[in-house]
Amino acid sequence: MSSDPVIRVEGLSKAYTIRHQQADHVTLAQTALERAKHPFRRNETEQFWALRDVSFEVERGEVLGVIGRNGAGKSTLLKLLTRITAPTTGSIDLWGRVGSLLEVGTGFHPELTGRENTYLNGSILGMTRKEIDRQFDAIVDFAGVEKFLDTPVKRYSSGMYVRLAFAVAAHLETEILLLDEVLAVGDAEFQKKCLAKVGTLASAGRTVLFVSHNVGLVSKFTQRSVLLKQGRIEFLGATADAISCYRLGSAQGRPEVYVANDADRGGLKLGREVEICTVAIHCTEAGMVQADADLDIEVTLAANVSISNALMHVGVVANDGAVACGGLTPQSLTFSRGEQRPVLIRLPAPDLAPGEYSLNISIGSGDHFSGINHFDALGPICPFEVAPPVREDGAVGSFWRESWGLTRLPTLEVLDVPGGRPEPRSERSRKEPANDSSWAPSGSDSAPIDRVRSTHPQESGL
Amino acid sequence: MTIHSIPETVASAPRKPRVTIKPRRSWLPSHPRELWEFRELMVRFAARDITLRYRQTALGVVWVVLVPLLAAGVLTFVFGGVANLPAPPGIPYFLFTLAGMVTWTAFAQTVGRASGAMVANSGLVGKVYFPRLLLPLSTVLSILVDVAVSLALLVVLLVTNRVRPGLGVIMFPVWLLGVLALALGIGLAAGALMVRYRDVGFILPTAVQFLLFASPVAYTVASVPEKAQKFYNLNPLTGLLEGMRWSLLGMTPPSAALTAYSIGMSTVVLVAGTLVFSRMESQFADVI
Repeated sequence: MSSDPVIRVEGLSKAYTIRHQQADHVTLAQTALERAKHPFRRNETEQFWALRDVSFEVERGEVLGVIGRNGAGKSTLLKLLTRITAPTTGSIDLWGRVGSLLEVGTGFHPELTGRENTYLNGSILGMTRKEIDRQFDAIVDFAGVEKFLDTPVKRYSSGMYVRLAFAVAAHLETEILLLDEVLAVGDAEFQKKCLAKVGTLASAGRTVLFVSHNVGLVSKFTQRSVLLKQGRIEFLGATADAISCYRLGSAQGRPEVYVANDADRGGLKLGREVEICTVAIHCTEAGMVQADADLDIEVTLAANVSISNALMHVGVVANDGAVACGGLTPQSLTFSRGEQRPVLIRLPAPDLAPGEYSLNISIGSGDHFSGINHFDALGPICPFEVAPPVREDGAVGSFWRESWGLTRLPTLEVLDVPGGRPEPRSERSRKEPANDSSWAPSGSDSAPIDRVRSTHPQESGL
Repeated sequence: MTIHSIPETVASAPRKPRVTIKPRRSWLPSHPRELWEFRELMVRFAARDITLRYRQTALGVVWVVLVPLLAAGVLTFVFGGVANLPAPPGIPYFLFTLAGMVTWTAFAQTVGRASGAMVANSGLVGKVYFPRLLLPLSTVLSILVDVAVSLALLVVLLVTNRVRPGLGVIMFPVWLLGVLALALGIGLAAGALMVRYRDVGFILPTAVQFLLFASPVAYTVASVPEKAQKFYNLNPLTGLLEGMRWSLLGMTPPSAALTAYSIGMSTVVLVAGTLVFSRMESQFADVI
């Protein structure tokens, strides 16, 4: 490997001090008083190492991915690289200016106009006046806000605001660029523009650090990645390996187990014939669930009586309280008195819209015609997040919820309209209007009208 | 953080990094050269301050002259009218107070804005890098604009009242710089402390208020009892205000000793403030 490093990080660590004093942020007077009382005692503090002994190099023109769970040290690394905060030990050598898209719109002031903010924000991000002058038209064009340049940005729509902010940052001419999740802003078309921009930046020989917990995006843009775990480098190498290491690490670590708590039992009258003890969601990467994956839920149950017809209900609730979807298990759960055993329930690819959800889980008897006699019910519990789906070209599906609702029908079927003949697949037409012929006139020789209808996985036998 | 900037052209053979980031805890300003590199940003911050201050006000910049006028009016009424203190010979009490007030406003505004600059821009401090010293420095720049406007008003009033300043006027920049240095020094130290202890935000205005009455803004030094004069002169603002009035109104100049003390003290405060600020700078983003 030819050695032309642009970023060299050596033994980098960052410690934050956590105070164990009663009040965390004491006043000046209190501090002075404490010092006077105990002149030689140091505050009881604990060092929290957000980043520990991290070393790596980035070559000129390379796009390096940085992945890791929340709290792994990704943002601390970025803060150190951008010099926002100083390291505790170690050093960073930089051969070039660093630009970051960490916080799009930092320094934007609502009272200032689009033009004023462009110049102010550009200067804050480290552009010179000449650079901004030269790029100004390109920025405005990229953001698509020509008409509103002299309007205070407080009157902008949130979309315009974000677009202008991103446009300024995207036109930074620094040798090193740090990218965060900001790419998932704006509508699909703007995203496409942004991703194309990142592509050109990388191919123009700029060195890019791409930080994300969206592994789809990272694998799209990078060949090599750093995997951070609890402040240390867990893996450094090919992105594909880093991602599988990341996934493996998540799968190996036992999923976060929720232990039943009476506070989550709600107001239902519960017989407690069978009790739910613990609940854990499988297939999670730090509470993240892929949109198109099966949702496996492990529930431990304890029976206080012998029972043969228990069934379980699992509901997925969005964080605004709306129920996204739910379902019942067949009535086949049998327990003998005193038995305790785990059950794995699979929701086959619920295809949830990106967002945050929790579970409602209950066990009981009966069915959805006669009503359910609850033994035990918990919810909302086990919060998890559904990551936005990422397409081959890197576009992030963020418009899902608006257009499809909380969950999406997997496929729509396109069927021929039979010209006057009885519909062959009669068992599938039970939901159709009774007077079928009124909208598909029999005997007409017009071309068949395409009919669009949905297929549920259950119906199609999946 | 220690920053070694090198010219781009030297980036040859054993390439030295443009920037090296290291742990840092020093009393010295970390990167004086960078202040110059970032000068445009300082001007932008100042321009933003000025724009924002008078946007959506009906009177706009008129407030710059109105505020010291009103304040001088009140002080003239209280000290010249109610307390019946004597005005210096040949100068209307109102003009005497106004000259003091213009100087005082420059001082008080600088202390207030420079100390509040870090907290007011906490969003920026936590998210973007630039020499932190830029924020308090830019407030001085924006206050200079106000000072210029109110000085222009004062000059108009001096001319209409036929007050002649005399040769002392050439010393005017010295007094102004002294006042700003003193204020900036206090503002830097207080601003750095305020990042961790917001209490400073309560103490400071009270202290400044007290200082207004402990300085010869609205009354002459001659009105101060003989015995108290020694202590009174310890306040560096005393010499600076006296000097300012000498330059603007042609009153008697402060003694050489008082002048030297005031200027020296202002310099010491500025240096001390800068040291405190530099010492605490690297932790701003972590605690703000």
